[in-house]
Amino acid sequence: MIVNHALHIAYKDLKTEFRTKQMLNSMIIFSLLVIIIFSFSFADFLTDQDLITMVAPGILWISFLFAGMLGLSRSFAGEKEEGCLDGLKLCPCERTSLFQGKVISSTVLMFIMELFTIPLFIILFDYTITGIPLLVLVILLGTLGFMFVGTLLSALTVNTRTREILLPVLIFPVIIPVIISSVTATSKILTGAGFANITEEVQILVIYDIIFFIVAQLVFEYVIED
Amino acid sequence: MALISIEELYKSFGNFRVLQDINLEVEKGDFVTIFGPNGAGKTTLIKILATLVSPTRGTVVVNGFDVREKPIDVRRSIGVISHDTYLYHELTAVENLRFYGQMYEIERIEERIRDVISRVGLAHRGNHRVGTFSRGMKQRLSIARAILHNPVILLLDEPYTGLDQHASAIFDKIMQQLGTEHITRIMISHDIERGLKLCNRAFILNNGSFVNEVARDKISSIEEYRGVYEHLVTGE
Repeated sequence: MIVNHALHIAYKDLKTEFRTKQMLNSMIIFSLLVIIIFSFSFADFLTDQDLITMVAPGILWISFLFAGMLGLSRSFAGEKEEGCLDGLKLCPCERTSLFQGKVISSTVLMFIMELFTIPLFIILFDYTITGIPLLVLVILLGTLGFMFVGTLLSALTVNTRTREILLPVLIFPVIIPVIISSVTATSKILTGAGFANITEEVQILVIYDIIFFIVAQLVFEYVIED
Repeated sequence: MALISIEELYKSFGNFRVLQDINLEVEKGDFVTIFGPNGAGKTTLIKILATLVSPTRGTVVVNGFDVREKPIDVRRSIGVISHDTYLYHELTAVENLRFYGQMYEIERIEERIRDVISRVGLAHRGNHRVGTFSRGMKQRLSIARAILHNPVILLLDEPYTGLDQHASAIFDKIMQQLGTEHITRIMISHDIERGLKLCNRAFILNNGSFVNEVARDKISSIEEYRGVYEHLVTGE
């Protein structure tokens, strides 16, 4: 079963990560630092609610994506140690299960990081969030879009010497639709908008996620080959 | 029918031809060693047999399965031992084997893990993290990982790299035990002495082609074979 294989890979990844916490700690600390630095930078404007409403959603997503990038860059690179990537490729299963497993483990780590980041963001930028289910929906869709593209590109760049530099350069232009839609929807939710006001952004995110999930399934076998 | 059959295999990376006109038949229980200098194409050949790299041209059939058409069945038939161990340092020896066992969908997995880990003499270190193991212990665990799913073929890619004399001797002993189970083995090596010690057929690969094939019992001495190797590879 392809899903079983993906779950085994994800479980293995999370088990090794929770044992060392190297990546998770880095992601959480980095994300919190971004929020803190921006809150200090905009300290003089924190009373100007209109200005904060305009810039804060962008700050939140910058912290998510930059911290998520740390995790993505290690997603496949960590498998290069002791040749484990070849070990996984030798397993008698579809190679796409490797993609799916990596998406699951990276997404779980990113959700944990987001769980730590949001409360600090709410406190420092003095928000009262009413539409929590909507915010969760947008974060879920935005994170998945980022992970589908990021995991694919992480596999693509894993054999390059400059992967840490190459990955962000490749990923950010491709996820512009995710960034714009997520930031816009988050901005609307933070100002009290309901689902009817964010349907356009949600549609874009859902379509983007579906397209890149299918594209990744089709090309991953070739991307991961030596 | 041969267990491994390669016909007119060619492999190129871009314009660079790595393997050309490779033909090879390996019977059940054979131990074939392929010698060759760096860049001869040995690792590429093993990677093609292991479905890690696709052939450019030619037919490669492993245990009755074409590597292009039935790669998953090929992978189920083979175990690979390399200088890379494919083991996770943060997991214990048993956890590593359990993970690979799940990926290979092995039934009665705990029983099988106990069996293979005892065979490589690491039962007492089963719950220790692999990161604390010596190179020799990791390589022994790597053998356990490779035979966990009862493969009919073992592919050995420079397995002695980084092993000291003692660890190499243990490795040889395990390989000989596997021979009694009629597991077919293909090893690539630089080390002529060790490579000849275990095999029953030896090949020399140079510039992407086989330039010599000989049955082990036709080689009278290691020095003689070394002379043939030097002559064919360096032209001296």
